[in-house]
Amino acid sequence: MSIVVLDNVKKSFGAVKVLHGVSFSVAKGQVMALIGASGSGKSTALRCIDRLEQIDSGRIEVCGHQVADPGLDLRKLRLDVGMVFQSYNLFPHLTIEQNIMLGPVSVKRIPRPEAKGIAAEVLAKVGLADKVTAYPEQLSGGQQQRAAIARSLAMQPKVMLFDEVTSALDPKLTGEVLRVIEELARTGMTMIMVTHEMNFARRIADKIVFMHEGKVHEQGGPEILTAPATPELRDFVSNEL
Amino acid sequence: MDTALNPNHIRFLLDGALWTLVLSLMAFVGGGLGGFAVAMGRIAPSRIIRIVVTGYVQLVQGTPLLVIMFVTYFGLPTLGFSISPMFAAGLSMTIYVSAYLGEIWRGAIESVPRAQWEAAECLAMSRAQRMFKVILPQAIRIATPPTVGFSVQIIKNTSLASVVGFVELTRAGQLVNNSIFEPFTIYLIVAGLYFCLCFPVSLLSRRLERTGSARARNLEALSA
Repeated sequence: MSIVVLDNVKKSFGAVKVLHGVSFSVAKGQVMALIGASGSGKSTALRCIDRLEQIDSGRIEVCGHQVADPGLDLRKLRLDVGMVFQSYNLFPHLTIEQNIMLGPVSVKRIPRPEAKGIAAEVLAKVGLADKVTAYPEQLSGGQQQRAAIARSLAMQPKVMLFDEVTSALDPKLTGEVLRVIEELARTGMTMIMVTHEMNFARRIADKIVFMHEGKVHEQGGPEILTAPATPELRDFVSNEL
Repeated sequence: MDTALNPNHIRFLLDGALWTLVLSLMAFVGGGLGGFAVAMGRIAPSRIIRIVVTGYVQLVQGTPLLVIMFVTYFGLPTLGFSISPMFAAGLSMTIYVSAYLGEIWRGAIESVPRAQWEAAECLAMSRAQRMFKVILPQAIRIATPPTVGFSVQIIKNTSLASVVGFVELTRAGQLVNNSIFEPFTIYLIVAGLYFCLCFPVSLLSRRLERTGSARARNLEALSA
């Protein structure tokens, strides 16, 4: 059963057409890697799924929500969808624990002691159990990104979106973040990740969607990365590896 | 008739300085509340609210404070409101300060990176929650140095209230001068008293700016 469906999605920014009819779907528990060159529209497609951008036409359905519906209660959508950004976007004025508790306490009205327990649990999952009282600026990029993943996890989303979450990190820090995501994949979390880490995508993704010039150009299992059907994907893979 | 400067005159001037301080506080509190409303209105989702509030800011910023004082003190009574000099001065200052503080605060709110809004949005927070729990705490840090800096302007601008007969420091100086006619001495004393009121505030502003810019750099590094 598909938990995320994009059907002929089109999106322009002013005169610039970014998505020219994108369609794909993700089943529950599936890990999908969205790949493609810069400017191919993959980040925009991801942002449309969480309605950070509104689409011009087409249909997006996420966990039963009609995302493009102007009357949609965005907060209901976002309770089901978690998002992790390239630039972490932790709240700099709050400690790591406060960052994580903010959603559960203020949105889900979970009592503080219980939320503290959730924070401890998700921080342990990402290997940051000792950083409860630290402020984001005291952490390395990799630690901040893991904390951001924990913050998203604490809301217990049904789908998680990762937008080039390791692009700002060096290889060592990238490794520690990818291990956390891999662990998460193993728990059965449905995930869509925009990534440039081809080896990682091949290892953990059930499904690869290759975008080219605002369209899904090729999609399939991880094997398409080793045996691409289209010359564009072949080109792209040989440049990335 | 006593024509030399005596302790009574000095006491009268100090009294005036106290009223300058009172008017400054009124302006800061009233203007602060109004300024918050202006800042919220300037970034409101509703286009109409934005246009109205922007119009208000343009109107006030394009009008001399002195004229605002005249309008409230001499104009409102013709509409049947009877108002005291103090009320007129306080109201005028509130109108004036709210437009400027509102713009300073709007700038501070907008300088919090867009991504912070998005991150809060993705946690399913409501607009009010995003504003009060995520954006404002960061904006307040950014806004504090320029706000304190503007407070110096508030103190100095209260001197205009002298024209509507509110006896603050400048008006007190004029009154003392009318009785003993020693303008140079008296206005030097008045200037000195203003300086004593303003200098600590501008000192604070400069200190905040130094620590604040260090913080802003951290913030930037974080969101880079």
